[in-house]
Amino acid sequence: MSIEGRFRFERQNFILDVHLDIPGRGVTAIFGPSGSGKTSLLRAIAGLDRCHGGYMRIGDTLWQDGRTFVPPENRRLGFVFQDASLFTHLNVRRNLEYGFKRTPVAERKVSIEKITRLLGIGSLLERRPDQLSGGEQQRVAIARALAVSPKILLMDEPLSALDLPRKQEIMPYLESLHDELDIPILYVSHSLNEVARLADCLVLIEEGRIRATGAIGEMLTRFDLPLAHGDQAEVLVEANVAGHDDAFDLTYLDFPGGRLSVVRTGLPIGHAVRLRVAARDVSLTLEQHTGTSILNIFRATVEEIISEGSAQVTVRLAAGGVPLLSRITRKSSTLLDLERGKSVFAQVKSVALLS
Amino acid sequence: MPTGIDFTALSITFKLAGLTTLLLLLLGTPLAWWLTHTHWRFKFLLEAVVAMPLVLPPSVLGFYLLVALGPHGPVGKITEWLGGRPLAFTFTGLVVGSVFYSMPFVVQPLQNAFTTVGRRSLEVAATLQANPLDRFFTVAVPLARSGFLTAAVLGFAHTVGEFGVILMIGGNIPGETQVLSIAIYNHVEALEYARAHWLSGGLLLLSFCMLMMVYALNRRFMVIQP
Repeated sequence: MSIEGRFRFERQNFILDVHLDIPGRGVTAIFGPSGSGKTSLLRAIAGLDRCHGGYMRIGDTLWQDGRTFVPPENRRLGFVFQDASLFTHLNVRRNLEYGFKRTPVAERKVSIEKITRLLGIGSLLERRPDQLSGGEQQRVAIARALAVSPKILLMDEPLSALDLPRKQEIMPYLESLHDELDIPILYVSHSLNEVARLADCLVLIEEGRIRATGAIGEMLTRFDLPLAHGDQAEVLVEANVAGHDDAFDLTYLDFPGGRLSVVRTGLPIGHAVRLRVAARDVSLTLEQHTGTSILNIFRATVEEIISEGSAQVTVRLAAGGVPLLSRITRKSSTLLDLERGKSVFAQVKSVALLS
Repeated sequence: MPTGIDFTALSITFKLAGLTTLLLLLLGTPLAWWLTHTHWRFKFLLEAVVAMPLVLPPSVLGFYLLVALGPHGPVGKITEWLGGRPLAFTFTGLVVGSVFYSMPFVVQPLQNAFTTVGRRSLEVAATLQANPLDRFFTVAVPLARSGFLTAAVLGFAHTVGEFGVILMIGGNIPGETQVLSIAIYNHVEALEYARAHWLSGGLLLLSFCMLMMVYALNRRFMVIQP
C-alpha cells in the first residue's frame, strides 16, 4: 500500500506544487520551515481545502482526481489540528464519541476504551474541555481523531501550541501510537527534534515544493540537503539492547557498527531503541586511543567531506554501514589528512536515547 | 383598571411578537449563516439592507410597506391575484411589517454568534464524518445557543415595542391590529391616564425582565449589544 497525492495551487503570492509518494505505513514527517506550505498540503490531502485538478489516493481508495472529490466527512481520516479544538459544549467522553458514533459499526477497528487507555485519558472522560490542561486537551484531540478508525492520521504540528514540559508529556503517547496502531501517520512539523523521535520517512518541503523524500536516517546525512549542515546536524542510529552492566550501571546497545555504552536504562534485552548522535559530539582519530574517557569508539570509513564555512567541515562516515556525521575543524581535517575511503576511529562523546 | 379591549390588545401584541420571532428565527438563521460564511464580494450590501430598520424612522419603513402591501402595490397585486385581499390593515400585514422591522435584532446576534463559532469547529466535525447539516445542528447551533437566545428575546421585545410601523400599516383597528403600544397612545389621547399607566407599567416591567434574562444568561459569554 502506498499513498500518493498531487496538488498544485496558489495562495497569496505562494505556489504549492507537490507530488507526494510515500509508504502507507509508519510515520511520515512533512518537515520544513514555517510558511513552506506544510499546512496547506495537509489540508489539501484531507480535502478541507479543495484543490482543483488535484489527485489524492490512499492505497486503493481514491479521494480525488479530475472528476472525483470525496468530501472530508466521507474520507474517514483523523485530523489533529495545532490547537486541540475540542467541542466545548461536550464533555471529553462525548467528544470522543462524536466521530465514533458516525463510523459504521462494521468499520470500527478500535474501541473508545482502547484509545482512552492508549492516550491515558481514562480519568478525564467526564470533564469539560475547559477543565483540562493544554497537554490533556491535545491528547483528547488525538484520541478523538483515532476514534473514527481512520485510514490515515494527519497531524498538523500537534505540539507547537504547547510548552516544553507539555510536549514531553505527549511525546511518549505519540511514540506508542506508532508502535501500537497500524495506521499510517502524516506528521507536519518544523521541529527536527520531534521528527527525529517519531518519523520513519521524511518529506522535506521548501517554498511550496518537495525537495526530497526518503528514510529519515538517509535524509539526515545527505549533503545535498540542508539537514546535514549547520549546528543541528545529527544522525539516527537504530540499536538493540544487548545487556546491562551491573558493576558500572551501564546499558550496552548493539548496532551494526559496534557496541554503545549508555547510562543504565530499564529497557529489556532485545528492545529496539533509536539513538540520536549529534555531529558536534563525534570526533575523529587515526588510531584507536586507549587513554581516553570516551567509551564509544567505532571503526569507520570516510565517505564524504564538505566545508561548513571557512573553519569547519562535516565528515560523513560509515560505521558498519551506518552513517555518522562528524563536525570538526578544517585544520583537524587537514592534519589527519582525511579523504574519501580513509579508515578512522569515530569517538562519540554522547548519545541521546530517543525511545 | 385595564378593560377587555386592553386584554385583546395584549393578546394581539403577544401573538404578533411570537409569530414574528418564530418567522425571523426560521428566515434569519439561514440568512445569518450565509452572511457569516459567504465569500460574496457584495455581501455588505445585504448587511446594510438588513441593518436599515436600526436607523430608519419607523414611519418611513411603514410608509413604503403600506404602499407595497396596499391594493396598488406590488405585494398587494400578488395577494389579489392569489385571491386574497390586500395585506394593509390586516394582522398578516402587521406580521410582514414586523419581520422587516425586527430583522436586524435577530440576524445580527445570530451572525455574531456564528462568527464566534468559527470555521475550525466545523472543520473538526467534518473530519469526524459529520455532513454539513449534521455539523450545523450538532456543532454550530449548540455553540451559538447564546446567540439564539439573544436573537429570540430581542426580536420578541423589539416587536412588542413597535409603534410607528404598526400605526402606518395596521392602523388602529381594535380586536385586529390594535396592539398595546397603540392602545396606550389612545388612552393618553383620551386623557385616561390611569389605564395608560397600567399598560405602560406592565410593558416597562416586561421589557426589563426580558432584557435581564438575556444579560443574566449571557454573562458568561460576550454580550451582543442590541
